[in-house]
Amino acid sequence: MKKKRKLGSGLYITLCFLFLYLPILVTMVYSFNSSKSLTKFESFSLRWYENLFSSGEIMHAVYVSITIALLATAISTVLGTLTAIGLSKTRRILKEAILNVNNIPIMNPDIVTAIGLMILFSSIKLEKGYFTMLLAHIALCTPYVITSVYPKVRNLDPNLANAAMDLGATPVQALTKVILPMIKEGIYAGVLLAFTMSFDDFVISYFVTGNGISNISIIVYNMTKRTNPTINALSTLVILVIVVTLVLVHLIPYLKRRREEGREKEIDSLLPKEEVE
Amino acid sequence: MKHFTKLVRPYIIWAVVIILLPLLLIVLYSVTTGGNDLVNIQFTLDNFRRMTEPVYLAVFAKSFRLGLTAVGICLFAGYILAYFITFFSERTQSLLILLVTIPMWINTLLRTYAWICLLSDNGAVNTLLQMLGFQPVTMMYTDFAVLIGLVSDLLPFMVLPIHTSLCKIDHSLHEAAMDLGANKVQTFWRVTFKLSLPGVLNGIIMTFLLSISTFVIPKLLGGGQYMLIGNLIENQFISVGDWNFGSAISVILAFIILLAITGMKQFDQEEGEEE
Repeated sequence: MKKKRKLGSGLYITLCFLFLYLPILVTMVYSFNSSKSLTKFESFSLRWYENLFSSGEIMHAVYVSITIALLATAISTVLGTLTAIGLSKTRRILKEAILNVNNIPIMNPDIVTAIGLMILFSSIKLEKGYFTMLLAHIALCTPYVITSVYPKVRNLDPNLANAAMDLGATPVQALTKVILPMIKEGIYAGVLLAFTMSFDDFVISYFVTGNGISNISIIVYNMTKRTNPTINALSTLVILVIVVTLVLVHLIPYLKRRREEGREKEIDSLLPKEEVE
Repeated sequence: MKHFTKLVRPYIIWAVVIILLPLLLIVLYSVTTGGNDLVNIQFTLDNFRRMTEPVYLAVFAKSFRLGLTAVGICLFAGYILAYFITFFSERTQSLLILLVTIPMWINTLLRTYAWICLLSDNGAVNTLLQMLGFQPVTMMYTDFAVLIGLVSDLLPFMVLPIHTSLCKIDHSLHEAAMDLGANKVQTFWRVTFKLSLPGVLNGIIMTFLLSISTFVIPKLLGGGQYMLIGNLIENQFISVGDWNFGSAISVILAFIILLAITGMKQFDQEEGEEE
């Protein structure tokens, strides 16, 4: 009976995953097709990848996407982490106000955030391009960093930093040697979120860019008017990068735990029997 | 420790300039006319009045119909998926949940583009149909294509919160319900489903929020003429250049979402008090 139930549910789960992954897999397979057709797979070729790497426009978009993601991640991580640390010590009213404002970009639809920023940049006469895109991405990422770091800060013992300073640490030392190491998991989560949010963003970039500056998403959007295997090739590479990063991020803690467990077992086996029991 | 309170100051300035100010500007644009430069503006409610024209009401109706249909399908398919996942061992579960999560991290645009390859007239699905001896079907640029795109984009957002609430349910409650004479169906509806409601509500809010404001999916899978609220806003800002009207639509969109969120929260609280 139990086996039957597992079989049925396994079948349904497989169908759902097919629905989620099939389109992506088909895109990937056809990026290696030698012809332009999306139905007949003629022969294996790297033609579209050559196209991709020889296109200056696409390569520039890749450069824009990566540099903006790195810069936005770095800046929003620093800004978000410092804010989260300060937040736990601020008066309650101010804290609630900041957290509520911080939630606005998370709950607001992307398109509303995007046009808000677009209007802002044009009303302060900031020329649209790389810099406005970077500012917008920092605005997009920081709230997510704060929401992933703040819970960790809140769980800290408030006396820790005081203790460090009583023992002669400067405030900066207390911050870098005591507080930061204890909230690092929250910071890592924030970094991962910020990077992928920025790297994947289309809506906000689309509205705040100008002067021919495009990131990968905008290039894809402009080229999808008809199917174009070069996009398949680009898509395959982007998806591979993201999936490999995610799997590594999930796998590393798992392997670490396994190793530690293994080590504990080893130590256990080295101990005299009576003590273990 | 007092030193650290100063750390909040840069963000306060940043948040006022880059979060609050844009919202105020949108509201300002929505209640004025006089072009995009804010030089000689006049206050008016015409932008909101214009939205009651049948053309625009139809866009809103279509967005709601499509968005709610997508949410409904996600709820049904996603609940079953989340429920089935809980049958497996903890290790398998975390692997399955990782597989649900991965598509969320892949750009919506790329995943939507992938559907074009499958659904287009000479795409993979039609080729398969022809091989099986059926007539090819036009799927691109129809409601069906947009719905497929929406559901595949939103499904993970429904599955994750539901799975989290299902995992929190104490298994002994099922046994207790069964011992007290409830059959399987009763146990499911009156214990499992009821206790998973917070996850269900979270899932509904997330998917509704994303489906009502989307503009990439309808544009790619529905074609250039396909109009949902998101496309209407994009049109006003990018092609037409009527920022005042575009802002008014955005204000309404933000308002709808705020209403949906507070409504759901209220419902959640009432349910909580009942117990």
